[in-house]
Amino acid sequence: MYARTPFLLKSVAMLLCISTFNALAAEEVNVYSARKEKLIKSLLDRFTGETGIQVNLVTGKADALLKRLQIEGRNSPADLLITTDAGRLHRAKEAGVTQVTHLPDQTAALPNSFRDPDGHWYGLSLRARPILYVQGRVKPEDLSSYEALAEPTWKSRVCIRSSNNIYNQSLVASMIAAKGTDRVETWARGFVGNFARPPKGGDRDQIKAAAAGQCDIAIANTYYLAAMIESKDPAQREAAGKLRVFWPNQDGRGTHVNVSGAAVTASARNRENATKLIAYLLNDTSQQWYADTNGEFPIRPDIPVNPVLASWGEFKMDTLNLSRLGELNPEAVRLMDRAGWK
Amino acid sequence: MHKAPGPSVWRFGVVSTAVILAVPVTVILSYLLVPAGEVWQHLAATVLQDYVINSLLLMLGVTAGVLVFGVGAAWLTSMCRFPGAGFFEWSLLLPMAMPAYIIAYTYTGLFDFAGPLQTTIRGLTGWRFGDYWFPEIRSLEGAALMLSLVLFPYVYLLARAAFLSQSLCVLDVSRTLGNGPWRTFFTVALPLARPAIVAGLSLALMETLADYGTVQYFGVSTFTTGIFRTWFGLGSTAAAAQLSAVLLMFVFVLVFLERSSRRKARYHHTSQRHQDLRRYQLSGWRSNTALLFCFSILFFGFLLPAGQLLVWAGTTAEGQLDSRFLNLVWNSLGLAGTASLLALMLALFLGYGKRLNGNRPVRVAVRVAGMGYAVPGTVIAVGVMIPFAAIDNGVDAWMRLQFGISTGLLLSGTLVALVFAYLVRFLAVSLQTVEAGLAKVRPSMDEVARSMGATAAETVRRVHFPMLKGSLMTALLLVFVDVLKELPATLLLRPFNFSTLAVRAYELASDERLADASHASLTIVAAGILPVILLSYSIAHSRHVQTT
Repeated sequence: MYARTPFLLKSVAMLLCISTFNALAAEEVNVYSARKEKLIKSLLDRFTGETGIQVNLVTGKADALLKRLQIEGRNSPADLLITTDAGRLHRAKEAGVTQVTHLPDQTAALPNSFRDPDGHWYGLSLRARPILYVQGRVKPEDLSSYEALAEPTWKSRVCIRSSNNIYNQSLVASMIAAKGTDRVETWARGFVGNFARPPKGGDRDQIKAAAAGQCDIAIANTYYLAAMIESKDPAQREAAGKLRVFWPNQDGRGTHVNVSGAAVTASARNRENATKLIAYLLNDTSQQWYADTNGEFPIRPDIPVNPVLASWGEFKMDTLNLSRLGELNPEAVRLMDRAGWK
Repeated sequence: MHKAPGPSVWRFGVVSTAVILAVPVTVILSYLLVPAGEVWQHLAATVLQDYVINSLLLMLGVTAGVLVFGVGAAWLTSMCRFPGAGFFEWSLLLPMAMPAYIIAYTYTGLFDFAGPLQTTIRGLTGWRFGDYWFPEIRSLEGAALMLSLVLFPYVYLLARAAFLSQSLCVLDVSRTLGNGPWRTFFTVALPLARPAIVAGLSLALMETLADYGTVQYFGVSTFTTGIFRTWFGLGSTAAAAQLSAVLLMFVFVLVFLERSSRRKARYHHTSQRHQDLRRYQLSGWRSNTALLFCFSILFFGFLLPAGQLLVWAGTTAEGQLDSRFLNLVWNSLGLAGTASLLALMLALFLGYGKRLNGNRPVRVAVRVAGMGYAVPGTVIAVGVMIPFAAIDNGVDAWMRLQFGISTGLLLSGTLVALVFAYLVRFLAVSLQTVEAGLAKVRPSMDEVARSMGATAAETVRRVHFPMLKGSLMTALLLVFVDVLKELPATLLLRPFNFSTLAVRAYELASDERLADASHASLTIVAAGILPVILLSYSIAHSRHVQTT
């Protein structure tokens, strides 16, 4: 077999090898990131500046990047996968495209629920999905939990985006984890009945609609509200100014939270550099910068919270291990389909 | 003297090219064989009906929209004289440069309940939510309107080229038979232009079926949103691919219906005489109506959204014009140029292959190769990635075995894979356009040229090329603009550290920073304007070469 291999083919193959080796020569780490370039690039540049390790970046939608990893298989050039929710990290782990990373120091600093129990992925930043209410039209004492939003008093008063969105899928998954499918399905039917309009647009749209009077309650991630408060656009600032944050489920399991996070891929050739990058993203300055720039909470409890976010008060978080969100995701989608949540 | 290749060589070349291009679509279709289990029962019991009905209604709405805008504007600008006709000739192509999801964002920004218009109305009248009626832009009707506004240029372009190439004699015969302009339009010009109009319409409908950004933002559940929900939300690749396959069936049925209704009818001109068109001179209210009609389309399809983008770029956008921006422009133009040239060459090759050796396998292969346009970009991208990765991993395994070295991925994650994906996705555009052009070349013309001693090559150069020039330019520039706007495949298949304008615009817009996306969006539009003007010029002048 070997002897019969055509000479030309061999030479081409050798040439390709040489070029591949050259590409591998420099110190680098290859990142597939579902976090948008603008929200991560400068931090990666700092990492390169401090360590000399070149970061090569492709951004995209989390599910599509995960698909790319799976299809590329053992030869995928990616070393690190970054997503903006824990559900997808869990999906990546299930798909077998991640591997265990040991970060003893960082592990100690991270709450258990924000990292994979087996060490496949680590949270990098934290966001909550609270209830936002229009000041003056809603009394905060009338609010209590996500569950209570299915009650008839909220008829035609709730704005929330489509169930196509992962943040809503994760929220419902967290409720299923706490209450079981049947009770959450009953809740979802009542909740959908209270929508002020068919779901459309993104989280900011819900905030704008509430501010404009289309509904009294909006459900949105905290960093959207923070970004609107600090926006250059006066209309966005004005809309955000009309809403207040209510932290639901404080008497029970706590407010639903999710993380952006990272996992080293199973195919990683620059495994050490990838590990260094995760550690870098979890150090004091990165945590501070990352959280401030993106309007998120630092994932490490020992890092001070940005003043805008701190002004909403301290709150109790749901401590469910976020892996569960990934496990329960299909269940949540089916439930929302059945409940007629578009 | 060139010797024309024999029929079997042609046939083999055409079929194998078409087969290669059909691989990604076939990969998707092959999932029909994978059992998806009870996911289908779940879909059928809950959301499938919505997907089907909404997709059909959306197609119906877009059909109505693009036909009224496209055919109406094409007839007016090519057959009538009214103030501004010359300006509208080219400016009506501008909406084409506007990505559908961007126009959707700008309309929402302007007309939504929380937008400036409705807020002003409420401020003036003291009304509140529920006190008044206002058209809901984020609805099925709204989505149909948005898509119609940016997709009608396909119909407009092809219909206009068809009207312009119609022999005056045919229209004169109609006039001497006592038909007025309306009757001439409906009984002569429209039927004659039908292949071109249908080609434009099918492009618009395929793009409608593939649209994700607009319907997703407007909260309209269609097949496309369903595919992604099933794929990622429910985690069922098989069921998602099967939904994509059903989507392809939609297209098959469409194409089949059109073809069978046309049957054996041919649409060549048989007259030998060809004179410059005498246009209808419009005056009074007719002229004003024509002007208003064309202006409204231009205003709502381009001026209004572009104006909103400009305002955003000038006021609320945060600095995006760094040095890397230039890089994005360069990447976008380079990709669009390469892909449009290759797509044109392939379309010519396949189009001629079909014309010269149009037996059944060739026709089917060419048809399947053009199906990619109706499939959402992400799905096509996965269809491209699977075979590329399989080849790369195969080579790698072989190299490990032979030399003990790993070659890694050679083509996956390179621009080669990306350009291939563009070809798969946009071949339909160049193919439809080239075929519509070839349909104008009567078979008898070939025979005359050959009987006068011209070689095949000479016939192509001296007869076909002058007649096809307009169509070739159209094909080239349509794909160019389409690639400029293309997002999902670019996002998924691009190499490390490589970005385009569309990616930049999307990243900002999807993060709900619409205003920040305005620079990139405007640059896409600006980059699309030059080709659009060239295009219009080439069409306007394509007619003269045919006059005798």
